[in-house]
Amino acid sequence: MKNIITLFLQRIALGLGSLFAVSIIIFMAVELLPGDVAEALLGQSATAETVEAFRTQLGLDQPALTRYVHWIGSLLSGDLGVSLANQREISELIDVRLSNTLMLALMAAAVSVPIALVLGLLAALYRNSWFDRLVNVSALSAVSFPEFFVAYILILFFSAWLGWFPSISNITPDAPFSEVIDRSVLPVITLSLVVIAQMMRMTRAALVNLLSNPYIEMARLKGIRPLRVIVYHALPNALAPIISVVALNLAYLVVGVVVVEVVFVYPGLGQLLVDAVATRDIPVVQACSLIFAMTYILLNTLADVLAIATNPRLMHPKG
Amino acid sequence: MKNNNNELLLDIRDIHIEGYSDDAWHEIVKGVDLQLKRGEILGLIGESGAGKSTLGLAAMGYTRDGCRITQGEILFDGMDLAKASPGQLCEIHGVRIAYVAQSAAACFNPAHRLIDQHVETAVQHGVADRKQAMKDAVELYRELHLPDPENIGMRYPHQVSGGQLQRAMTAMAMSCRPDLIIFDEPTTALDVTTQIEVLAAIRNVVEAFGTAAIYITHDLAVVAQMADRIMVLRHGKLVEEAETRQMLSAPQEDYTKSLWAVRCFNVTPKARPVDEVPLIEVKNASAGYGDTQILHDVSLSVYRGQTVAVIGESGSGKSTTARVITGLLPAVEGSVLHKGEPLPSDYRRRSKEQLRRIQMIYQIPDTALNPRLTVGEIIGRPLTFYLGMKGKALKQRVSELLELIELDPVKFYDRRPQELSGGQKQRICIARALAAEPDFIICDEVTSALDQLVAEGILRLLTRLQKELGIAYLFITHDVATVRAIADEVVVMQHGRVVDSGERNAIFTPPHHDYTGLLFSSEPEMDPDWLDRLLAERGNLESVSV
Amino acid sequence: MKSIIRQLGQAPLSAKFGIAVIFTYSFVAVFAPVLAPFGETEVVSEGFAPWGGEYLLGTDNLGRDMFSRLLYGARNTVGIAFMTTALAFLLGGLTGLIAALRGGWIDQGLSRVVDILMAIPQLIFALLILSVVGTTVTSLILVIALLDATRVYRLARATAMNVVVLDYVEAAKLRGEGMWWLITREVLPNIAAPLIAEFGLRFCFVFLFISALSFLGLGMQPPTADWGGMVRDNAVLITFGDVTPLLPALAVALLTVSVNFVVDWMLHRSSGLKE
Repeated sequence: MKNIITLFLQRIALGLGSLFAVSIIIFMAVELLPGDVAEALLGQSATAETVEAFRTQLGLDQPALTRYVHWIGSLLSGDLGVSLANQREISELIDVRLSNTLMLALMAAAVSVPIALVLGLLAALYRNSWFDRLVNVSALSAVSFPEFFVAYILILFFSAWLGWFPSISNITPDAPFSEVIDRSVLPVITLSLVVIAQMMRMTRAALVNLLSNPYIEMARLKGIRPLRVIVYHALPNALAPIISVVALNLAYLVVGVVVVEVVFVYPGLGQLLVDAVATRDIPVVQACSLIFAMTYILLNTLADVLAIATNPRLMHPKG
Repeated sequence: MKNNNNELLLDIRDIHIEGYSDDAWHEIVKGVDLQLKRGEILGLIGESGAGKSTLGLAAMGYTRDGCRITQGEILFDGMDLAKASPGQLCEIHGVRIAYVAQSAAACFNPAHRLIDQHVETAVQHGVADRKQAMKDAVELYRELHLPDPENIGMRYPHQVSGGQLQRAMTAMAMSCRPDLIIFDEPTTALDVTTQIEVLAAIRNVVEAFGTAAIYITHDLAVVAQMADRIMVLRHGKLVEEAETRQMLSAPQEDYTKSLWAVRCFNVTPKARPVDEVPLIEVKNASAGYGDTQILHDVSLSVYRGQTVAVIGESGSGKSTTARVITGLLPAVEGSVLHKGEPLPSDYRRRSKEQLRRIQMIYQIPDTALNPRLTVGEIIGRPLTFYLGMKGKALKQRVSELLELIELDPVKFYDRRPQELSGGQKQRICIARALAAEPDFIICDEVTSALDQLVAEGILRLLTRLQKELGIAYLFITHDVATVRAIADEVVVMQHGRVVDSGERNAIFTPPHHDYTGLLFSSEPEMDPDWLDRLLAERGNLESVSV
Repeated sequence: MKSIIRQLGQAPLSAKFGIAVIFTYSFVAVFAPVLAPFGETEVVSEGFAPWGGEYLLGTDNLGRDMFSRLLYGARNTVGIAFMTTALAFLLGGLTGLIAALRGGWIDQGLSRVVDILMAIPQLIFALLILSVVGTTVTSLILVIALLDATRVYRLARATAMNVVVLDYVEAAKLRGEGMWWLITREVLPNIAAPLIAEFGLRFCFVFLFISALSFLGLGMQPPTADWGGMVRDNAVLITFGDVTPLLPALAVALLTVSVNFVVDWMLHRSSGLKE
């Protein structure tokens, strides 16, 4: 048991380590600029004095290390800095948008994970049947489509032609819940389709890969029914890859919202990031990137920890 | 036979089975008849590709993916399994016919406890409830002499040793007291000393419950202990069938006789050359991976033109010794000397000339040859690399080498490994080693992946080459018979140490060192009474020592 | 050559369809200037002209011929995606092979760097860097190639690892062969199949990625004809039930589906042969 705890701790330490490395990269990205942020933002026409004043305002006159420590320190105390574009507190900008984005991702996850797992399982059970082929070709197509294509097709059908759902999902904080749901349907479907396809394919592949194992043949020769062979004998051994695919796709959901949010004009973090990149509002870009990266690392670490927890060789060591 | 129909349990009539490979169907089993009475044990023997496993599985009405039964009947207690529906087969499998496979380690599901897998058959088929089944499992574990029968079921497969797992699998097959059990090479993956326990346990339990069995193996000596009657298969056809004792004493067919004769191959041992520095000398070598030390203070020497056999069971460190000599695993302590000159311990620091003189032949010829190169390229590379041969001279030399290993240069020069049989591949590996013109070749279990007849051919070839070229061999093997056949000197290893060594005759003449004696006596003999006799002897010993 | 044609003949319909589409796209990409009735950035009429007549698929928001821009888009979008993928493979494949063969600290070092680069979501990383260095075609190619090289590195290293432990590679090492021989003769030919399949999948990914960036307005900059950007420029029409803006998106989808079909078939074949 002691072993397993060390493994968990190692994995968590690794996650924290990556987070630290990522924060440095995000911070350093700005240093790559020819000249510095102040010059880049004010443009060629700015006078030397304005640039200098701006530089002091941004704290650019101090050495990189000091600035990093200061940056990370204020981040940890919840102070994300000030937007260059409109001088507003970034934490204020992010607050509502983050919860909007998380809600969108959560809804998509709630829809897609069960559907994908069940479809993947059924495809593995009835492999090489017409059902399997149909699911496979649809999934392959769904993975191949650009998200904005899927999104616009949904808009075309359900919004422009049928008029069932709005094409713009500009929800406001005080909107009633039913309205929020109504406006989120199309973005959620868009996100789910891509993620379902990916997860379903991987679930099927992870299961089918295992079917050539001798212990599966053994189970069959014990007269175990096909459904139980898949669920009891194959699934527990496929958990690690399936968990990591689910985690990867959940992480993808959070990141993948960027495009979907733009299409549906959904007031989320992705929108904010894209706008900030377009206006080169570096502090906002940094803050958003860090939040996205954090979610991503968190989910991946969680997946690794779960993969260890489902491995009997690690959970029940020899002797 | 007709009047005894009620006694007949299994009646396979003219069965034909095809397998799909290389975009076509090929017949694997070509019309075999097989009858089995209740309580009878039938041995199926044959070399790889004889179709014995396919036939064994077909006795359950089961074919692997990519195989199909095209013709014939499989009458099990009057029901034709060849025509049974998947649902009907599910009801018979596990309950009336059970299966014990070659590798228990791979056949137990790593995700579940042994007991859960054991009771699954009975519970799922409604033969017993979980509580009853668990109680019965403990009884069976006890019957099969598993240690701590009350609790061993709570373990996961990776927590149990190979020999114990194999017995646990036999127990699992017994859980519904089937009429018939198919044993598919159940001891092939085990060490000889472990094999004994498993053989004894299987035989006990099959006898105790009067279960009929089909025992599939390639090992004649093993089948002689287990079966009442033997069927010899070759290329999917029946060669010969008889009662065990009759089959062993008086085989009728040429093929059967040739199988029997393999065991008689023997080379007279050569004396160690006097007044000479050893060609290769390992001095007090210790080595390991990371924190785990595998070799402890190993010393051995090989003289020019001699064969030194290193024998030991899995985990004894014999292959690690080879890796230390080649420099793949640098020794932590001790040294390797070539004609008295120390070699750098890491192969990357050895000169081309030093590398050239030590060559290696591997256990599995399939992975020892790059599938993307032709035979000409494979054998030609050392010639170009070490000796700078090019063009016509190169082609000429490759052809000579092919002739040396008894393969036709015209036919084989441009072939790729996939187009060769196992024995031919191993010959190409030998030619590649010879191409470097070495004075020392390490043969790492070179015959264990091959069928007996093919293996004998390789041994004969190696012996002939040694006589002609004066090359020394370090022959690593787990097989006592091979050592007895070709070694000049023998080194016995156990747990990473050399426990015994000396000239062949001295080693094989009693009194033996303890472990050497155990190893030698565990090697199955063709005598059908061998197992009984051995168990009786050991039983006496045990009672004395306990 | 003959066997390739024979294999193609036996391929399932989806794979044949995929190959046909890939060939068509390549043809269009090469001969776009010859095939297009109008210039890439030429304003030929008022905005949003309807289909038919002189303008086969109408005109876009600025009055440029939609059909001509679609053809040029093949050249720009596909070309850049291809170049990026090739660069990613060169970088990731080579380092992955070296890591697998050398092992030790080179492997450790490279793998840790890749771990960290992969700990940041790709889109976010790209946006971060592009926001700093600006969105030019060169920076686009370099940034995406670097990010994708990490994925290629992982795969090349993992598949090469499976081969490196085989006895024939050990035999070659013991013979004293150098790194170049080991890579080009012993390892690479034996992992070609999965690498080629990965190239197809990577290409799809890069292609979708660039389209998405362009769609966000952060990829290729106007007035270059680019499928992602074209969707963005004309998106307004969709709410009126007009499908024109979907055409470039469809062009993207068709190519990725086709490549996926072909890769799927290849993977199926290579795994089927092993049995």
